[in-house]
Amino acid sequence: MIDISPSVMQFLLAFLVVGPLLGAGAALLPAPPGLRGKSPDQAVLRHGVTVTAALLIAAVVLALGFDHDQPSRMQATTDISWIPALDVRIHLGIDGISLPLLVLTALLTFLCALYSYFSPPTGASPKAFTALLLVLEAGTIASFAVLDLLLLFLAFEMVLIPMYFLIARWGGARRQAAAWRFILYTLLGSVVMLLGLLLVGLRAGTFDMVALAIDNGRSLTVTVQVIAVLAIGIGLAVKAPMWPLHSWLPDAHTAAPTVGSVLLAGVLLKMGTYGFVRIVVPVAPDGMRVFAPYLAALAVIGIIYGSLACLALARTGAKGDLKRLIAYSSVGHMGFVLLGIASMTPTGINGALFANIAHGLITGLLFFLVGAVKERYGTADLDTLAGATGAALYGRAPRLGGLFAFAAVASLGLPGLAGFWGEMLALFGAFRPAEGLSRPAFLTFTAIGAFGTLLTAAYLLVVVRRLCMGRGPTAIAETGTRTAKAHGGAGTPSRTEGTPLADIRPYEAAAWAPLAVLTVVAGLWPAVLLGLTDPAVQQLLAGGNQ
Amino acid sequence: MTAATTASAELVQSVDWAAIAPPVITAVVALVALVADLFVPPARRRLLGWTAIAGLAAALLALLPLRAGDRSTFCLTTDPATCSYTADHFTLAVQFLVLGGALLTALLALTETEPRRDGSTGLPAGEFWFLLLSSTAGAALLPASRDLATLVVALEVASLPAFALVGLRRGDRLSGEAALKFFLSSVTATAVTLLGVSFVYAATGSLHLTGVAEALPRVPGQLGTLATAGVALTLVGFAFKTAAVPFHFWVPDTYAGAPLPVAAYLSVVGKAVGFTGLILVAVIAFPAYADVWGPALAVLAALTMTAGNAAALRQSAARALSAVRLLAWSSVAQAGYLLVPVAAAAYTGAAAVGATIAYALMYAVVNLGAFAVVALVARTHPAKRIADFRGLYADRPAAALALAFFLLCLAGLPPGIIGLFAKVTVFSAAVDAGLGWLAAIMAVNVVLGLSYYLRWTAVLFRAPARAEAPVPAAAATVSAGTATAIAPVREPVPLPLAAALALTTVAAVALSGYPQLILTFAARNLF
Repeated sequence: MIDISPSVMQFLLAFLVVGPLLGAGAALLPAPPGLRGKSPDQAVLRHGVTVTAALLIAAVVLALGFDHDQPSRMQATTDISWIPALDVRIHLGIDGISLPLLVLTALLTFLCALYSYFSPPTGASPKAFTALLLVLEAGTIASFAVLDLLLLFLAFEMVLIPMYFLIARWGGARRQAAAWRFILYTLLGSVVMLLGLLLVGLRAGTFDMVALAIDNGRSLTVTVQVIAVLAIGIGLAVKAPMWPLHSWLPDAHTAAPTVGSVLLAGVLLKMGTYGFVRIVVPVAPDGMRVFAPYLAALAVIGIIYGSLACLALARTGAKGDLKRLIAYSSVGHMGFVLLGIASMTPTGINGALFANIAHGLITGLLFFLVGAVKERYGTADLDTLAGATGAALYGRAPRLGGLFAFAAVASLGLPGLAGFWGEMLALFGAFRPAEGLSRPAFLTFTAIGAFGTLLTAAYLLVVVRRLCMGRGPTAIAETGTRTAKAHGGAGTPSRTEGTPLADIRPYEAAAWAPLAVLTVVAGLWPAVLLGLTDPAVQQLLAGGNQ
Repeated sequence: MTAATTASAELVQSVDWAAIAPPVITAVVALVALVADLFVPPARRRLLGWTAIAGLAAALLALLPLRAGDRSTFCLTTDPATCSYTADHFTLAVQFLVLGGALLTALLALTETEPRRDGSTGLPAGEFWFLLLSSTAGAALLPASRDLATLVVALEVASLPAFALVGLRRGDRLSGEAALKFFLSSVTATAVTLLGVSFVYAATGSLHLTGVAEALPRVPGQLGTLATAGVALTLVGFAFKTAAVPFHFWVPDTYAGAPLPVAAYLSVVGKAVGFTGLILVAVIAFPAYADVWGPALAVLAALTMTAGNAAALRQSAARALSAVRLLAWSSVAQAGYLLVPVAAAAYTGAAAVGATIAYALMYAVVNLGAFAVVALVARTHPAKRIADFRGLYADRPAAALALAFFLLCLAGLPPGIIGLFAKVTVFSAAVDAGLGWLAAIMAVNVVLGLSYYLRWTAVLFRAPARAEAPVPAAAATVSAGTATAIAPVREPVPLPLAAALALTTVAAVALSGYPQLILTFAARNLF
């Protein structure tokens, strides 16, 4: 859109990768005089906001300077040799596929830092929290920016330790077990993925993702491709997560602090699906064709499974945790993304990439909101929240309730909001899969997936009814006082029933508004994203030929 | 030297003194330390330690002129291409590892040889430095030796002082028991090796590794069994030194019973000795039997890493010496990773062992670093339990961050980038050799390994136990001057220990930033 010289673009991208690491290092040092703030804790949280804001600005400038007429071309590229012994190059670059994810990462991390500044995490010191948050950002941005297989692996691994500590140190109940599960699952997945990446790299003679995409699997035999797709696919499927490798996700989300959940759902899961689009589909197309029907089958099982699990959690008396519920809904949503990828068509993959972004925005918002509900009520247990009639958010905190309903409706895929386009395009792609894939099988998957959207709508509406509706403060004002008297002012009922709650605070509005606005923008003007991804996807599928 | 005796009488061999300088300097300084011990008054025993350190540094410097990697000496006068001592890149890399490892061990040991605060004497200085340097001289000679006799002699020169080092702590029952265990199992292995070597010599008529390699495929039929038995026995003997399963049982008890610097020495230099020997005999002398030892070593590697990790996982943090035991078992597991490229060399050629060297160098740096932090913590918590490391970050942030970094390097996770890429080279050697199953087993093991390294790392950053149950008496005793307000029971770190910690940290960080420094060994043929 605006003309920025290539060297500045290069610098911006390199800054996005290295900046958070420098920021993390600086966070551990004592604050310099003049920047000490009210207390060391406040100073370091402010440092986090400053650094992430600078990175967000860099990402936005990068997006503005990106040549939108040629989104399929790698831009802002840097290519330096790092470890000649292993043929590892620091090869950075962005195209229409990675740019939106990069901006999403910078945005979500900034919002998380902002949110943490006003609502500091409970647990260990904010110093380590800020440093880990920044390392996490470095890892995720690097995964979307690097174009070398081994560097990608390094970036994938870089997010594990920070996320582990974020869950284990600042999480809720049963956080140790959840953090262990998270790191062991993902590490096992990524080590298996490493084997696949090495197989590809050693057989094709290069680890460069651009060269491999242009080669389009021509220098790999079908056997090698099949093994490589299996190994890489398992690693990515754990991250995505795909049913039946998802079981780490609900625990991790339930135990993670709000900020951790937002980043986990909003960014970390995208690394898995991004890997499918960036590596598996272009580099080993023959192997992918072999596994595409299975991937699609597991994806639709995930859609149905996630929805049924959510329905079960949303029932009265199920003691369903809201965070857990949204985690399961992520399994369903990522099922659509995987279905779109498995179709191996431009439509399906564009849908998948769109759904990726949409899920990041909407689920990020949902986790923020649930975190706020949990903070206000002291619990995220749906039964406790809803009581006999419902939690009555509409009555007690109307704006919070309204925003929650908005996010839920966006999540179920209402046309006009971001959730709609991705899932519809993914289903379209599966309806007419790429040549060589079994049409009847994919038709079945499409039908099941479409049924899944119904189930998704069902559980989200149940949740909205139980959380937002119910007897409001005015309706039960008299009963409320009566109960309070009867209990001798013990206070327990007054927390869950009756009294108005703090509505959206200004800083919450600041952290959430961008997500809500972007959800609407992406829903009403999908071309802004699809115009970026489509040329790049076409080129990847066509074997990288310009 | 053997070559000297086998040389024909008609010509006097010329010796390339520069080439053999690294082991020779070490051996000479060892003797100097032993003799000087008689004359130096007890108050100045510390000089011995610094002499040893200076000697090791000099030996390291002596490697510099050799860096072209084209020297060899003690060659046959009849065949100048067959030499007993070769200073090629492989030799130099291993000598660098051995001498550097010994130097760091010496820094760790410097405080141990001084009288303790509680009045008991430390390790006897003269003996300790003599034994350490002798063992190092043997270990430095080993990678250069290119005939079976020199190899066995070097192996014994490296091992025999090590037994004594393990048992050096006078009046310590555990130490004596550890030394005995180590001695008995090691001597058995040596006997087996010698038997194997004699069989190989009988079958091939040559002691030079290249001669054996040439003769093995042409062994007459009636000697075939003898040759096979010889090869198998020789390999078994060296496998013991690498602490590969099922010859690993001595490791945890020996490490736990030995003085801490000696355990560190064994885990790095002792291991390097075994691997160099194994690589030399397997890859250079026995390539004809690659179809036998290749799969056998692959199976050994898989068993070793699995057994080591499984046992390390079961270490309870509250048990006495659990930190040392965990490092001991983890060293068994790491030996499994080190074996993978050696097994791969059977399929893809000798260049694959470069990955072992690169990995061993990484392992040496971070493992010695970890031992340095354990030594630091052991000054205040002699039980050496993992539980003692709780809250180390609050007490000594720098040491805690360093240990966390070393442990993550061992686990192979960022920010331990060098550990990650060292593992990648090992994986890549296995995948390249078509050993997919071994790579898969190693993948599972890497995850197992992570779980105990990370558990230890997490302990470092937990709130210190002291905060819950304050001990006012402890604070009162140390309040004299040096202690800072942050950590009431904090003592100043002794200079040598701080130097060792700083050296390993700087090396590990530098390697993480520029892994090419050691991965370069993985990319070329070292022989």
